[in-house]
Amino acid sequence: MQEIPVTRYPEVLIDRPTHYCPGCQHGIAHRLVAEALTDLGVVERTIAVSSIGCSVFLYNYLNLDTVEAPHGRAPAVATGVKRARPEAIVFTYQGDGDLASIGMAEIIHCANRGERVTVIFVNNTVYGMTGGQMAPTTLLGQKTTTCPGGRCLEREGAPIRMAEIIASLGGTAYCARVAVNTVKNVMRAKKAIRNAFQYQLDGKGFSFVEVLATCPTNWRLSPTAANERVATEMIPYFPLGTFQDCAATEEV
Amino acid sequence: MSERLFLKGNEAIARAAIAAGMRCYFGYPITPQNDIPEFLSTELPKVGGEFVQAESEIAAANMLLGAAACGVRAMTSSSSPGISLMQEAISYMAGSELPGVIVNMNRGGPGLGDIGPSQGDYFQSTRGGGHGDYRTLVLAPGTVQEAYDLTLLAFELAFRYRNPVLLLGDAILGQMKEPVTPRVPQQTTDPEAETWCLTGAVQRPGRVLKSLFLDDGALAEHNTRLAAKYQAMETESRAESFLVDDAQLVVVAYGSIGRIAKSTVRKLRAAGHRVGLVRPITLFPFPTAILRDLALAGKRFLTIEHNLGQMVDDVRLAVRTVTDSAFYGHLPGNLPTPNDFEAPILAALGH
Ligand SMILES: Cc1ncc(C[n+]2csc(CCOP(=O)(O)OP(=O)(O)O)c2C)c(N)n1
Ligand code: SF4
Ligand SMILES: [Mg+2]
Repeated sequence: MQEIPVTRYPEVLIDRPTHYCPGCQHGIAHRLVAEALTDLGVVERTIAVSSIGCSVFLYNYLNLDTVEAPHGRAPAVATGVKRARPEAIVFTYQGDGDLASIGMAEIIHCANRGERVTVIFVNNTVYGMTGGQMAPTTLLGQKTTTCPGGRCLEREGAPIRMAEIIASLGGTAYCARVAVNTVKNVMRAKKAIRNAFQYQLDGKGFSFVEVLATCPTNWRLSPTAANERVATEMIPYFPLGTFQDCAATEEV
Repeated sequence: MSERLFLKGNEAIARAAIAAGMRCYFGYPITPQNDIPEFLSTELPKVGGEFVQAESEIAAANMLLGAAACGVRAMTSSSSPGISLMQEAISYMAGSELPGVIVNMNRGGPGLGDIGPSQGDYFQSTRGGGHGDYRTLVLAPGTVQEAYDLTLLAFELAFRYRNPVLLLGDAILGQMKEPVTPRVPQQTTDPEAETWCLTGAVQRPGRVLKSLFLDDGALAEHNTRLAAKYQAMETESRAESFLVDDAQLVVVAYGSIGRIAKSTVRKLRAAGHRVGLVRPITLFPFPTAILRDLALAGKRFLTIEHNLGQMVDDVRLAVRTVTDSAFYGHLPGNLPTPNDFEAPILAALGH
């Protein structure tokens, strides 16, 4: 029987082994970005803004013009890029420590201004790169190297739901939360990321996709167990869905 | 070009930036430089440029970094506390070799300090300012005309060296009004930036502008190359020398303090005292050679600053094989007048 590929290998995705741990889902998120840019035919006009976290080497995997932003500042850097080159398709790729902690001011104001940029937000509930410390997204009871007894509501507060916050801001045209733990969810995630870039292309406003992802290494779980945790613990607290869609709103 | 304008220093800088072809400006309100963003918020869009009031100086400096990565002329401005917040981005720009202009209208510190003039940021400006082993070019205008001219030069140097350039003024320079001849710059775009800037990777591999160098020896190699660049910047050093040839004592002062000291020198000359002035115009590179030559010619030195003594270190380094420099520091809180410098100069002359 002849195999029919569901999707072709996007040329912009550099064919090389990654530095990611086994079972890490940064790689899937990279590929979905690559596929969306390829499908929309915008690879040659795209400028990426990489952030500080495990994905700092984004430019080793995506063959794009790329600028490295300081920790948390990617939305401000992207603002500068877009204002200088309005014809470019501009996106940031940020982790949850980067975006939801140190970079909270930059992401909120970038969204609120309605900058015509896309943000891919990879939420793995920990600071992956620095060794699994507590992030603002760490779930209650989750053990990390800086909350070894488990995150506690009284002491550390509740995990932040970024997609809901971003959706509430005036400049946000599109905002969704997706996961890549099942084939079905990967297909949904692909569609959301594509939508996000399409909205930028159409000049509709700011677009944001939160991708729930694993960090097996710092969760101290096997790749399979980590993937299961996405369904059992993450999705119940971080519900999947579209939280803002200006096209849908316009139709009402 | 014979048009003459009567401008505040802040407005002269804003106008010069537009004349220089600045495409993007990012800023956050802080006294005493608010005239710059206020002027640009209306004037920059008129010439097709982008004005963004950022959510903080941290964001403003990072927006500058982003625009710089695209090879366009871009600027931010602030005053001391805001410049402190920009340092991480400036360090990344230096490491990633990105051109941009940063204006600091120095006010009193530390902390919230005051909103009056000060030269308390000399060390921060000339020693890199942020983390890591790097330098920024630092231009220090003393008059409103010079503020205009050095703003034009700042953009030119930023692109020539692919490096951040600091324009260091103070509340005196920003607020005083003087006649200005608005010169027309030779260059307002930087076509050579097309060889390194981000445009979208068309028919070529993606370009990466970064400051991360993890491979064995890579950072050492990068920093060695940066060091060679900082060395090459030496040719840009500038200073104004005033009545130094037959002087016994050379006063060294920069910016608006240099200009006030010049009035004192003029007055003391009229009274027959052999005193001259060197006013550094570039603080990095520091005009070391000029001072060393004067030291070798047997001059004595007095450094006057609007702080507790910062540039005096550089003067001492410049003349160290021959002599030393005395120091007089005017403290923040009030504007010095030429009279304030008379007694310290006469004391250094040995009277
Ligand atoms: C100003 C600054 N503070 C701290 C760090 C150290 N640091 C590097 S990556 C990181 C956290 C990254 O976590 P996250 O954004 O969640 O990305 P992940 O690695 O989990 O994908 C931190 C704190 C830094 N590089 N810069
Ligand atoms: S530490 Fe976590 S986020 Fe980083 S590569 Fe490994 S699994 Fe991925
Ligand atoms: Mg993380």
